Amino acid sequence: MTTNSGGLPLRIVHLYPEQMNIYGDTGNVLTMVRRAQWHGYDPEVVVHHPGAPFPENVDLVVGGGGQDSGQGLVAADLRALGDHLHDLADDGVAMLMVCGLYQLFGQFFETVTGERMDGIGIFDVATYGGPKRLVGNVRSQTQFGEIFGYENHSGLTMLGEGQRPFGEIEMGSGNNGRDRTEGAIYRNVYGTYLHGSVLPKNPRFADALLEAAALRRHGTFTRAPIDDRLAELARSRARQLGV
Amino acid sequence: MLSHRSAARVGLLVRRLAQLRGSGTALPGLVVERLDPGFLAAALADLPEGVVVITGTNGKTTTTKMVVELLRASGLRVFSNRSGSNFTRGIIAGLLGELDGRGRLTADIAVLELDEAHAIQFVREVPPRYSLLLNITRDQLDRFGEVDYTAGLLEKVALATTAGVVLNRDDPLVRRIADTLPAAVERRYFGSGGSVAHLFPDDRHLYGTRRGSSPKKDLASHEADVILSALSGKSATYSFGGEAQPAIELGMNGVHNALNGAAALSVVRMVLGDRAASVVLLAALGAVGPAFGRGESIDVGGSPLEIVLVKNPSGFRLALRSYAESDAATMIAINDRYADGRDTSWLWDVDFEGLSNVEVVSGTRADDMALRLHYDNIEVAHVEDSLSVALDRLLVIEGPKRIYCTYTAMMAIRGRLASKFNLAGIQ
Repeated sequence: MTTNSGGLPLRIVHLYPEQMNIYGDTGNVLTMVRRAQWHGYDPEVVVHHPGAPFPENVDLVVGGGGQDSGQGLVAADLRALGDHLHDLADDGVAMLMVCGLYQLFGQFFETVTGERMDGIGIFDVATYGGPKRLVGNVRSQTQFGEIFGYENHSGLTMLGEGQRPFGEIEMGSGNNGRDRTEGAIYRNVYGTYLHGSVLPKNPRFADALLEAAALRRHGTFTRAPIDDRLAELARSRARQLGV
Repeated sequence: MLSHRSAARVGLLVRRLAQLRGSGTALPGLVVERLDPGFLAAALADLPEGVVVITGTNGKTTTTKMVVELLRASGLRVFSNRSGSNFTRGIIAGLLGELDGRGRLTADIAVLELDEAHAIQFVREVPPRYSLLLNITRDQLDRFGEVDYTAGLLEKVALATTAGVVLNRDDPLVRRIADTLPAAVERRYFGSGGSVAHLFPDDRHLYGTRRGSSPKKDLASHEADVILSALSGKSATYSFGGEAQPAIELGMNGVHNALNGAAALSVVRMVLGDRAASVVLLAALGAVGPAFGRGESIDVGGSPLEIVLVKNPSGFRLALRSYAESDAATMIAINDRYADGRDTSWLWDVDFEGLSNVEVVSGTRADDMALRLHYDNIEVAHVEDSLSVALDRLLVIEGPKRIYCTYTAMMAIRGRLASKFNLAGIQ
């Protein structure tokens, strides 16, 4: 990837790209890299695989969704990192966790047959295997305005008391198809079921993650004008889509 | 319950009526299926050489065409389903036109392309004698949910097969299905070797490896019956049972199509056994042209227009790689209808770097495609939702042209080209 050698550095960790990548999740990493470059920063992507030491000097952590088998492969590694990730979250590190890793950033995932996979509990959410997959286009209202994406999950996620959702569902199912919540937030850590990928089509959200990362590392965030007309076109198209 | 013959007569009557009204081809099949649920099994049961099922994520249509041509060149009468008639009712509709006066299929063997979900319905009714499992990569996850689920569907097809299963040795998800088969079922493998082995990343290797790094190959522990050992342009070299064959000139582009050739050769060699004549098979393979919309080339005012179907990340990546060296004015048309896959996330799993000369992007998700290219820093001259307007923009460009398109976009584009240029052979 091209670099802005003169720009301020930003270090992005891609969590478990081999196991958790199923719905175009690499698009979120690409969006972070490109927008960081367009804003004049010098981003670096570091990959974290199960069993490897966790990278140091982390500014942003991005993780995606996987198959059930992929979740099983990373869950133990994630639990071993749990305390460290809690410290990073409390320290204000920006993170985006989509689908499968959103679930594992919660308390636990319980399958339909009652088996329980523990998560790391950064979000106070619990996920239960559901009878059918929730699949389709999603629109939710968040602090960054409308967020557009696509969901495809069988887990139903319930928020604990006091746990803030990321957004309110305007179309689609969201966390569980019942309470109109979507995703969860803890400080600068965002969990969501939306892929699509979620960041390219939601540039305000993308820049908020970069801003949080830059503020924490460098004390300021300098914003360059970015031509987001194509994202706007895709958003206005998404506004017309059905589930 | 009607007899099979009576059901066939009713079906033929419905077919004639449907043709008079100019309506769809599957209706007579649906009627027959309702009247006589055992019709399909009965019609296919007596074929002397049985039924071959071809399934997997990518390459079904092209490989089926190859297998049909190879068997015909070897003297067999072959029944096959037309592309897009993957439903059992579509197969029945096709059968009705091939029945003799006594309601029997006039063929030696049936070669059927079935998508993963339809294949398991079909094999419940008609256990195939042979099956060919091409590959498993992520595709239409809005339908199938997970890749592991798709692998389970293919395993069911393999387990229903009575005589022999041909598997892709280089695809770990396919290869491990061999371990589940009963000992009485023969298993054979096809694959790539030598200088071409690195060209075929599997689903795991498509993800998580950094750009530019070549995928690590699992050491092939299985002897393959047919190996694609060298490929230069369209010149392909195969080996049969470890014996190198003379190079042949293929009738289509693309490393993936050359590997489809290995798959076709392998299953045909299994079907024919001692009757397989290598010279005949290789000559027949060289004569096979691209299937409907799968890299076919149309002459438009003296310059070629290629139509390349893209359905999923692995297919799109292989197509981009296959055409990387021949520059052409490019159109990309992405629809998100059911047959295309409703979720366009997969576009983010395709690496477009290196693509240039993108004249127009189109389709119901033109905006998403343009956004995707934007993030690979690729300029797009025009974003045009309407396929016909976009096609007109492309057609005014001089020189070679190429269209990458999803399934329903491909059908619409072909229809438009047919009416515009009055092309023969385009449906």
